[in-house]
Order: sequence, then structure tokens, then C-alpha cells
Amino acid sequence: MTAKIVRPYGDTTGDGRIQVSFTLPVPFGTPTEKARAEGAAMQLAGKMGLEPAMVVHAKGMGPDYTFFVVYGRVSHLVDLSQVTVTEREFPLLSPAEVNLRIRTGLGRKLVVVGACIGTDAHTVGIDAILNVKGHSGEKGLEYYREIRVVNLGSQVAIPDLVARSAAEAADAVLVSQVVTQRDAHISNAKEMSAAFRAAFGSGTPKQPLLVVGGPRFDPLIAPELGVDKIFGKGTTPGEVASYLAYALAPDSGPGVEAQVGASA
Amino acid sequence: MQTRLNLDPAVVREARALAAKAGQPIVAMAKTHTTVSVERAVLRLAGLKGADPDGMPWVNRLVDAVRETTGLEHGVALPAWDALLTGGYDDLASLAAAAAHGKVAFRIPAGAAATAARAAAAASLAAGIGRIDANRAQRQRMIEQTSEPRKPWIYLIVATGDIYEDIPQAQAAAREGADIIAVIRSTGQSLLDYVPEGATREGFAGTYATQENFRLMRAALDETSRELGRYVRLTNYASGLCMPEIASLAGLERLDMMLNDCMYGIIFRDINPRRTFIDQRFSRQIHARAGIIINTGEDNYLTTADAVDAAHTVVVSQLMNEFFGKEAGLAAGQLGLGHAFEISPDVPDSFLLELAHAQLVRELFPDAPLKYMPPTKHMTGNVFAGYLLDAFFNLCGVMTDQSILLIGMMTEGIHTPFLSDRDLALENVRYVRDAAGRLGESFVPAPGGFIERRAREVLGESVALLRRINDEGLLTAIADGTFGITKRPADGGRGLDGVISRADGYFNPASDILDGGERAPAGELDPRTAPVETGAAR
Repeated sequence: MTAKIVRPYGDTTGDGRIQVSFTLPVPFGTPTEKARAEGAAMQLAGKMGLEPAMVVHAKGMGPDYTFFVVYGRVSHLVDLSQVTVTEREFPLLSPAEVNLRIRTGLGRKLVVVGACIGTDAHTVGIDAILNVKGHSGEKGLEYYREIRVVNLGSQVAIPDLVARSAAEAADAVLVSQVVTQRDAHISNAKEMSAAFRAAFGSGTPKQPLLVVGGPRFDPLIAPELGVDKIFGKGTTPGEVASYLAYALAPDSGPGVEAQVGASA
Repeated sequence: MQTRLNLDPAVVREARALAAKAGQPIVAMAKTHTTVSVERAVLRLAGLKGADPDGMPWVNRLVDAVRETTGLEHGVALPAWDALLTGGYDDLASLAAAAAHGKVAFRIPAGAAATAARAAAAASLAAGIGRIDANRAQRQRMIEQTSEPRKPWIYLIVATGDIYEDIPQAQAAAREGADIIAVIRSTGQSLLDYVPEGATREGFAGTYATQENFRLMRAALDETSRELGRYVRLTNYASGLCMPEIASLAGLERLDMMLNDCMYGIIFRDINPRRTFIDQRFSRQIHARAGIIINTGEDNYLTTADAVDAAHTVVVSQLMNEFFGKEAGLAAGQLGLGHAFEISPDVPDSFLLELAHAQLVRELFPDAPLKYMPPTKHMTGNVFAGYLLDAFFNLCGVMTDQSILLIGMMTEGIHTPFLSDRDLALENVRYVRDAAGRLGESFVPAPGGFIERRAREVLGESVALLRRINDEGLLTAIADGTFGITKRPADGGRGLDGVISRADGYFNPASDILDGGERAPAGELDPRTAPVETGAAR
């Protein structure tokens, strides 16, 4: 498939068919109200570029709201040449390969400090990455012999995180942010990176690698947040470990490459 | 209820005996210690409300002031009521305001002054606990005037952060079929060492638990209960550093169910284990008195640990929660033990495993209003598959006679549920309940079959783990990461500095009433000689 311009696929190439569901704050009681509600849904569908559209389901929810399912054809085209993606810039390694790369490239244990910052008490994400248990069948970073993990837990104040990272001589700082109300994850991450910049500057010791993760982060906005890397929903511990090895343990030559290649 | 799994009663008895043995040292510790939050709860029960201009509650100011002068080893009540009587203050609030400015010279009174202080404190607490008793009676009247919903009760969460947004959402959810409304707390609250004041409109991923928010929501749901002719219960969270205070506020404002787990705060919020166990005992005594059903949090273990490998840790925690709960006076019908449908759908026979686990819990705790939690860990962005998984959860719930079903949302882990997500979720559970509600009576696993074998295996693993816990002690087991994988040492975590060893002559007029039932003439008996076991323990 080399087409540069595509449309959504319903059941025939180029038919442009999609399905959407939404709620409007309109009543769905009397026959007049029902007709008006469906008309309102059709109007929204039209403005969204669905032409023709079909309201296949409408249901009143309480006295004031109506839920709709709409099928229709979009007139929009997708230009694949205009799509930008971040390809993973690092190879996925097994734990043994990560350990080897750290041993040969760094020559000592890699120190990771992890925390949930601000008011966020949801340690599930950071624990899934750091705990031996890990998730999705992959062991967490504690399992890696060459990684030393300091998990500070939940609701860590940013100054404490900076101080502890310095005290532990952290190579990387992993921060998890689950709560997103009022974009708290964005503002917390910015505040965190600014605090590290203020504390470390560009001198030595070098500022640790700043890594943030959470289900609602857009991986593309790392520069905006002032961090080195963002991991989004579904990230596994192996991906994080592979990234840390790639970013912090310089590739030490063909020996490692050959082994990576052999097991890939 | 007849057993469908042919569990060996001797093994079940052994499991309970081991849980009791593991819990005894914790109870002994709880009876010889107090915490800043227990002492603040005493003041709240005595009617002290409000906060200073910075928003710090008067109960905190007064307890802190007493702690800085006489210490809290004797409890807050003796020095506080002594100062109230001898200092000529109008009420506790004016005493607290003066104390906050360092204007009160607290002392541990002796002789007649002590007798007077004890009597005055006891009278205040008798009035506060009387209000809890009156609320319990009022709940019963409301149920008689409306009706008791049929089980399983449908449990739904609201969490806008703004109590005035929560109220219409909760009322709408009740009209759509919810029997229980839980108002999720703001995420930061569990680690706050004070309870915010007043109606609140700002929260993160939830709404602050405050006395005024409790009152507003209960009043709104009373209105809706009358409209629907069905009593709609209200739930909040007695957990975190202010567990005893929030339990007290729940009793004072007639909440109906409270999340209250023996180990959740330790494991998931890194609250100090000792602080948690001491706070927990007092809060459960309040819940027992108030007729509040507690909900325990075992479902959470399965969100970090594997739901098959860790199934037995759920059972062990339930047995511990049962022991601690009954010791604190809760009846079996108040023990809403938790568990969850969290096995990966990729595991072969995952639904059979879920049935085995759910039926095992049902049979181990036949009189408990079990709270069954929907899938979260394996809910993906595929909302359509998630909707199917939630339907299987609902089916397992009705087949194994679970009492409280938290309604699964297809947007779990993706987004705060839309109004329509909630409506679809209710449609899902209504369909399953109407279509298969009586399937449970025909659900008899084949003797010697997969489900029966799996249930026995989990029970066997539970007994083995309880033996290990008895060998090393519960606090050590928690420190080793037995529950929910997380390691929590006994002297780590937040709130340890709020734990105080009781001195001889420690006086807590609330505990005197709660420990002794109505029999103890509060204020006159030494609490150590007052009867401690309540009738519900068995």
C-alpha cells in the first residue's frame, strides 16, 4: 500500500465510513423532543464532516440528555505524507542485554530514582515500572542486576526529589503522573524540570536524565516540558530499561552489538 | 447457604484461628496506644467544628497545643475539658482559639478537678455518640419509609471535585439505578493530616471529604430516596491519616458505607503501619456503633500483583479484616469484604478462575455484604472489548451471589467516565441482573472439577501464608512485601510521629463508651478495666 491519500475504511475501499457516539444536552421525551434531538445530532454530524450521516441509536438519559450513535461518511482526506511520528530511537533489549550494556558502557550500577510528585498518590504506574514484579510479564527495574532503584513513593515534594537525586547520584529520575485534572501532570512536570535545571545547571555533577510517564502524556512534548523522555500509556519496564541503557551507557563496540543482533 | 465447593470445614477453621493469632498482637498494640487523629476524633465527636483563618481545623490546633504542653499520653480530653472548666471558655472552639495563641496553660488535673473534667468530657461525648445512635435509627426509618434495594446493590462513583457538581450527578445516577453512591476523594487527601472544612469545589480526581460535603450529599440523596421509594446509600473513605476523624464525621452525618481497610493505607499510600492499625481500630468502633458497612480494599492487591498468583493474599487479607473488624465490634453484616475481577483475559479459563475465586470468598464469608470490583488492569483503549469484559464481571457477580457490584466503566484507565459511559454501564448490569439474576441457584460446580479444585488450592495457599505470617509476625510480613508486592517496614511511612503510647490513666471518653457498650458509666471507669470485647465478636 503506497497510497499517500487515504480515507476511512468501512467495508469498501474509499467509502470514508466512520462511527461516532456522543451526548447532547437535549431532552428525548415527547415525539417532538425526539425529532428535535435527532435533528440536533444530524446537525453536529454534518458540521463534523459526516455526509451523509445516519443516527442509528438515540436514547434519553434522564430528563435532560440524549445519547447518540451515528454512522456516516466523512469527506475528509488523510495525507500520509503529513503524518509525523516518533520512531523509537533505541533498540529493545532483554534484561541480560541491558545489564551487559550498563556493565560495559557505564562500568558501574546505573542509579534510578523514582517518584510520584505533587499531590499524585497513584503509585501504580511507577511501581509497575520499578517493582520487581513489573507488569505485562516483564520484570520491573529492581530486577535488573546493574540498576539500583530508589523508589521514593507518592506525593514527593519536588525539592525533596532534587535533593535525594543529588544525594543518590542518580543517573536518571523517573516521575510518574497519573492525575490530569486541570493539566496537573503538565505543570508538575515543568516545575520538576525547572527545579533540576536550577539545582544542577550545566556543571558537574551532571543533571540526571529526566524521564516522565503517565497515561495521558503526549510523548511528543518532551522539549516543552523540559524533560529528556516521555513514556505514555502501556509502557513496559523493558522499554524503560532499554531506553536508560541506550541513553546512559555508551555503546561500547561491536561485541555488544553482535549480541544484541543475535538475540533480536 | 449450602456449600458448593465442598470446602473442608477444618481448613476454614484453621484459617480463621491463624488470622486471629496473627492479629492479636496488633490489637494489643492498638489498645495501648493512641494517635493525634484518634484524639482529634474525640473532639469532633464532642462537636468541635470549624477552622482558623488559615483553614487549619480547630481540632488540630487544640490537639497540637495540648501535645506541646502536657503531651497526649493521657489523651486530649482530660487536659482540654479541665482547661474548659477552669478557664471560663464558652465552648471548645473558643478554648481552641485561645490555645492556638498559646494562651492556655494545660495541665493533667488530679483529684476533684480530674473528676469534674472527666464528667464534663463524658457528657459531651455521650451527646456526640447519641447523635450517631440517632442517625442509625433515622437510617432505619428512612429504609422503612422508602425500601431496601434488592441485591446485588449497584455501586457507582462520582468524582468531579466539586460537591455542587457531584450532587446532580449522584442524583441522576440514583435515578438511573445506582443503589450506592460513592464520592471519590481528592487524590491528595489520604496524606493530609487534617480534614478540610466546609463545602469544597476544588479537588484533584475527586472531592474532599468534609463534614459539610457529607451533609450536603446525604441530604440530596434523602430527597432522591424519597422520590424513588428506594434508600440510596452514601459511601466515602475512612482511610489515610485522618481515618478516625472521617469515620466520626460519617457517623455524625449518617453516611452508610465507608471504605476502611486494615492494610490499604500502609501498602498503597505508604502510611505507617502502626498508625494505621491504631487509627483503624477506633474508626471501626465508630462504624460498628453507627451501623455503617465497611468496604475493604483487597481488590487493590490484584491491581499490582498478578490476580492468579496473588489470589490467596486477598483471602488472607479478608480474614485479617474480618478478625480486626469483629474485634472492634462490627457485625458480620457490616463487613463488606472486597475482591476483584482482575485476571488477564489472555489467561486460559480466566472466567472459570474468577468464578472459583468469587465463590470461595462467598462461601468463606456467607453473611458478609461482599463488595466485588470490576476489571481495571486489563481494560484497554478498546472500549468495546472492555464493555464485554464488564458484562462477564457482572455475570460472575450474579452467579456467585456478590452483594455489592461496583459498576465497571468501559473508559476505565482512559478517561473520567462520560455521562453516556455510566448510562451504558448501568444498562449492562441491568441486562445481566434481569437476564441471569437467578442463575446463581443453578450454579453448582462439578464435584472434583476445575472450579472446586482451584478454590481449594487458593484456600490451601491462604493457610500456608497465614502460617508464615504467624511465624514472622504481621508487621514483618507487611515489611516483606507479602501484600500487593510493596514492602512497608513497621517504622517507615507517614504518620508515625502521630503515634503516642498511652500512659496509666489515659482517658478517652469516646473509647469508654465504644469499648464498653452502654454498660460503662463513661467518665468514671478506668478504661483499662472497662469491658473491651463487644457482643459482636465471635
